[in-house]
Amino acid sequence: MKTMFQKVWESHEVVAETADTPAVLFVDTHLVHEVTSPQAFTVLRERGLKLRRPDLMLATIDHSSPTRTEQIFGNVPISIESAAQQIAQLERNCAQFGVELFGLRSDQRGIVHIVGPELGLTQPGHTLVCGDSHTSTHGAFGTLAFGIGSTEVGHVFATQCLLQRRPKTFALNIEGALSRAVTAKDLILSIIGRIGVSGGTGHVLEYRGAVIRALSMEERMTVCNMSIEAGARAGMIAPDQTTYDYLKDRPRAPKGEAWQRALERWRALPSDPGAQFDRELTLDGAAMEPMVTYGTNPGMVMAVSGSIPEPDNDPVFDKALAYMGLRAGEPIGNQPVNVVFIGSCTNGRLSDLRSAAQLLRGRKIAHGVRALVVPGSQQVKKAAEAEGLDRIFLDAGAEWRESGCSMCLGMNGDTVAKGEYAISTSNRNFEGRQGPGARTLLASPLTAAASAVGGRVTHPRELVN
Amino acid sequence: MEPIQQIRSRTAVLPYTNIDTDQIIPARFLRTTTREGLGRELFADWRLNADGTLNPDFPLNRPEAAGCSVLVADRNFGCGSSREHAPWALLDYGFRAVISTEIADIFRSNALKNGLLPIVVDQANGQWLLEHPGAQVVIDLPSATLQLPTGISMEFPIDAFARYCLMNGTDELGFLLAQAPQISSYEQRRPT
Repeated sequence: MKTMFQKVWESHEVVAETADTPAVLFVDTHLVHEVTSPQAFTVLRERGLKLRRPDLMLATIDHSSPTRTEQIFGNVPISIESAAQQIAQLERNCAQFGVELFGLRSDQRGIVHIVGPELGLTQPGHTLVCGDSHTSTHGAFGTLAFGIGSTEVGHVFATQCLLQRRPKTFALNIEGALSRAVTAKDLILSIIGRIGVSGGTGHVLEYRGAVIRALSMEERMTVCNMSIEAGARAGMIAPDQTTYDYLKDRPRAPKGEAWQRALERWRALPSDPGAQFDRELTLDGAAMEPMVTYGTNPGMVMAVSGSIPEPDNDPVFDKALAYMGLRAGEPIGNQPVNVVFIGSCTNGRLSDLRSAAQLLRGRKIAHGVRALVVPGSQQVKKAAEAEGLDRIFLDAGAEWRESGCSMCLGMNGDTVAKGEYAISTSNRNFEGRQGPGARTLLASPLTAAASAVGGRVTHPRELVN
Repeated sequence: MEPIQQIRSRTAVLPYTNIDTDQIIPARFLRTTTREGLGRELFADWRLNADGTLNPDFPLNRPEAAGCSVLVADRNFGCGSSREHAPWALLDYGFRAVISTEIADIFRSNALKNGLLPIVVDQANGQWLLEHPGAQVVIDLPSATLQLPTGISMEFPIDAFARYCLMNGTDELGFLLAQAPQISSYEQRRPT
């Protein structure tokens, strides 16, 4: 009796681990972006090495890329010189080493964790790595997917393998059914609030149960995306018909007989009944509510309808609230917001944009609030425009941009000003994450859109019938 | 990478939980294509004022923290982003080891690959270290022990292979490259 994680791990062991040496683990897919790869390409050059399997690699530009149309498709230069240089360096590296790159003007470009799944490149039972902690997103397909550092990016470049110790397993059973206006983002924020930001350290999570089975693939990606915010090495969801329906006929999914062979393998992947996990926890999905963070890590999270907790003499908690300019005991629903960000690898997919647009249709964003909607990929952008979502956002008073990581971490200059409050569908509310002194409140696209209209943290049920 | 046997240093203390890699090095400093010089931006938003001058209230800016090569922090150090720029910045600033009751997975892996020792201690010793900035400690890698000035000596967990590489200044890529025959054989049998 094996867990799904164990099956994927064992089928990728080139050399099994011993007391003295870690396992040599084969990597099926290596995704690359401009921020964490240049130093690894330098190692290849310094040591005279080649890429072992460029055919298993795909590069895209996301973190540093501008989101203003005129800076990508027009003649306006990228305003941050170091960002332009980093992008140019990736272009040179990919050209020299023969790596497929979705360049700045490619209609396939986007956030690395949006692009892999939408191409059908992310597949059940595979191992997938990227120099980015949100690689856990791909676990939604039953893929063992995790973030690595730049030294390890170099290891995969040269050998298509990593040296890894086997992590432990942690089953999270989410039973019941989510209530209306409670989204996948609220679910994962609830889980992090419960187990804490280091609750998953050393473990691979497996999300199971009725609530998980009922989620779409895009919702499952939102859940797995934030596994790292619980400290977990990775998060996985067993593939099922929802997974196969999503993957069928995607450009890089197996075709014809290969599809049939793949289906057979995928159907054997879920954890065997009775398989033992190192830890297990069951939560009631029906008790979950729309959530919002109030502090400076994703574990400092509360119901939108609630009041900020009052700690007993905890200086670190006080420091977080002081940074946020919030007071213990106050309802979070009174808090005005200056900026609304809808996008990122957590919530930048088509269903996220639909969810926000559904609420913004025929409404206006509150006076003085700046709202930025950034699709997760150019394909998401195109699909959203085909159904008129861009018009809904623009008519409501939001900005509609080209794809990228954008204001999630502000590397491209899309930042929140010092002291301002941003309600954001991204994944991290760390101090300064969206710009020096910026104050981030993480929430779902639905809550973010409701707050854009309300001009303060707003429960989506106030606006959704 | 320089081989490591022993580190003797006073400690600098950051008494905060969940110090994430965005604090260690903020994202706007990741628009670089090299790994050099990142110590300038270490803890930039805490260590430096907006005008670039040193924030005198930040623990690392106090005179007694000067020259310390061991950093002590409260639990869950290095959480968040996988950016290896975090250990690069800590090393460039002069740190050789980080001690906490809990260290995030990706940060720990990145640290080990660059010769920055991630040392996890139990609650009681972690608390003692947090309360005694400037404590003279000895980290002995061959015996995997941390010695406090109180005379207490404790073993810390470290992967045997990582320790071997650190003690010998060996990098893991050489080991992986030597696995080429096994990798080729795996590639032959791997389903497509």
